[in-house]
Amino acid sequence: MSEQKPQTVPTTGHVWDGDLQEYNNPLPVWWVYTFYATVIFALVYWTIYPSWPFGKGWIGGVSKISYVNSEGEAKTHSWNTRALLLADMNKAAIAQKPYFDKVEAMSYEEIAKDPEMSGFVISAGKTLFADNCAPCHQAGGQGMIGFFPDLTDDDWLYGGSYEKIHETLMGGRRGYMPAFSEVLVGTEIDQLANFVASLSGIGHDTAKAAAGKVLFHGDAAGCHACHGSDARGRQDMGTPNLTDNIWLWANVPAADTDEGKVAAIRGVIASGLNRGVMPAWSGRLLPEQIKVLTVYVHELGGGQ
Amino acid sequence: MNINFKHEWIETNIGLMSVLTMLAISVGGLVEIAPLFFIDETIEKVEGVRPYTPLEQRGRDIYIREGCYTCHSQMIRPFRDEKLRYGHYSLAAESQFDHPFQWGSKRTGPDLARVGGKYSNEWHVQHMVAPRSMVPESVMPNYPWLLSTPLDLSDLVGRMNALRKVGVPYSLSQAEYGANVTRFGETVAGQLHIPDARKNLIEQANFGNYDGDRSGISEMDAMVAYLQVLGTMVDFSKYADDAFVDNR
Ligand code: HEC
Ligand code: HEC
Ligand code: HEC
Repeated sequence: MSEQKPQTVPTTGHVWDGDLQEYNNPLPVWWVYTFYATVIFALVYWTIYPSWPFGKGWIGGVSKISYVNSEGEAKTHSWNTRALLLADMNKAAIAQKPYFDKVEAMSYEEIAKDPEMSGFVISAGKTLFADNCAPCHQAGGQGMIGFFPDLTDDDWLYGGSYEKIHETLMGGRRGYMPAFSEVLVGTEIDQLANFVASLSGIGHDTAKAAAGKVLFHGDAAGCHACHGSDARGRQDMGTPNLTDNIWLWANVPAADTDEGKVAAIRGVIASGLNRGVMPAWSGRLLPEQIKVLTVYVHELGGGQ
Repeated sequence: MNINFKHEWIETNIGLMSVLTMLAISVGGLVEIAPLFFIDETIEKVEGVRPYTPLEQRGRDIYIREGCYTCHSQMIRPFRDEKLRYGHYSLAAESQFDHPFQWGSKRTGPDLARVGGKYSNEWHVQHMVAPRSMVPESVMPNYPWLLSTPLDLSDLVGRMNALRKVGVPYSLSQAEYGANVTRFGETVAGQLHIPDARKNLIEQANFGNYDGDRSGISEMDAMVAYLQVLGTMVDFSKYADDAFVDNR
């Protein structure tokens, strides 16, 4: 290979170890021009975009971005990603504005009836639900026994109207029931558990249930004060209906035997509940996102 | 060739060549990084950002030990889809006390910069012990030992001292404590006082009961305390949406 042109190409003139020389080939033309092009690119770039530090600040560049801020003021700023985001949000807001204006203006019922709007709410709500709610309430909203309520049935702790769902999302919720193991003795808790089981048609000891009924309505246990004297729950306190055989905390469905089911109820009464924490979303999600989610949850099945 | 004289001189002098090569390479870094120390607006002026409490700081150490950063970033970029999913973009001010910061760019899992308050403590505990019990399609590993390992407090003071040396305003003397009271208020300043670190940590863990188990302080207590504070220090409702545009 090297026999071809040793004479035609000049060397750098260095000689190492007596006979090692270095060719001085000119750079390929395409390379040289690409290099010049990158230099010109850099000059153009420096002019358009913020680049060089200058004093206590920097040179902003000639490219400008216009946006409208949350105060409604129109502003122009030299190019940067933060200004670009605001302009982007404005643009997206304009594209979706007709929809969000409608969401804002229409009542919940009207949105649900309007096929175009409910289509929009369901597709937008699905993403929001997947990112924020599904880790707890699960992808379809079916919840998880012992942890998170089912949002697809018509059994509600705090109420299934649009207004109540909205209230739940804005402020969050925290269910609390005291532990009765310190107030009541084991036999009393057992009697109460049998009574609660009887309300849902679960096999129970009738004598114990009768005693439990008295305790339920008595003042020592005070169950009726929170769960209501009909034991159907009070949505203003977030207490569950104990008569519908729908369970969130007592893992009744998992037990095969009636004794097991009663034991599950007993466990909840004895140890109380303090685990039901529904986070508040008012600071985290935008108001229109929360309205979309309200309709979405309502349409999951059980809205009232 | 006499114009090549200098060149040849460098090429034959390996020490000089190393020095000159290093200088040439560092120009790029110097031009990009050095000005940030002189530009006033690099770190946004916001209220609320404080160093971590001893418990949160221990949680952060465990976060790093377990390599959570290999799958999670803590840097919300100013893009529309990130704003809609994660919330306000991260500010430089929010990681000013992080050593080392956890910005990252690897997102096998979601960004965690604002995960604080998004879930309940109980969810975090369950999710950390067995992610798939909460999120069936998750690929996050199980970290069950966080719940069963008692939190090591023996080197707490040493760790805080080390951070103090790199500029985190944890206080040792009364004068430093006083400066923190002016800067962060009394409650926060108390948390930053190294001589009280152990007491503060135990108090916070017992009060918060992050892991749902009152029998002792586990690594989970620290981890959840840390996760729950992420991204919650600045109240963005106090700032216009373009309040931080001039900083870039
Ligand atoms: C950290 C887990 C968690 C997350 C995340 C979560 N929830 Fe909840 N949610 C709960 C728990 C727990 C309850 C029950 C609260 C109680 O027991 O008092 C609940 C209750 C509710 C209720 C009231 C149900 C009823 O029967 O009245 C609604 C509605 C609801 N969540 C919707 C949502 C929506 C929509 C999202 C997403 C924006 C969401 N949740 C995110 C845990 C969560
Ligand atoms: C201070 C109010 C309060 C009192 C008193 C109270 N409860 Fe409750 N109870 C609740 C709340 C709130 C929940 C739901 C907790 C949640 O969702 O986070 C609940 C849940 C339950 C559950 C679980 C239902 C399920 O779906 O798994 C049972 C069973 C129960 N209560 C029975 C009783 C009995 C029996 C008594 C009387 C000994 C009683 N409660 C007293 C507030 C109360
Ligand atoms: C192999 C990659 C991987 C590692 C390592 C990992 N995670 Fe995750 N993480 C994920 C994935 C994927 C998700 C999303 C699915 C889920 O919620 O489990 C996730 C979700 C999360 C979430 C919920 C975020 C949200 O907004 O929904 C938290 C919090 C979290 N991880 C914390 C941690 C902590 C703390 C560690 C270290 C102890 C860790 N992760 C290590 C992959 C990982």
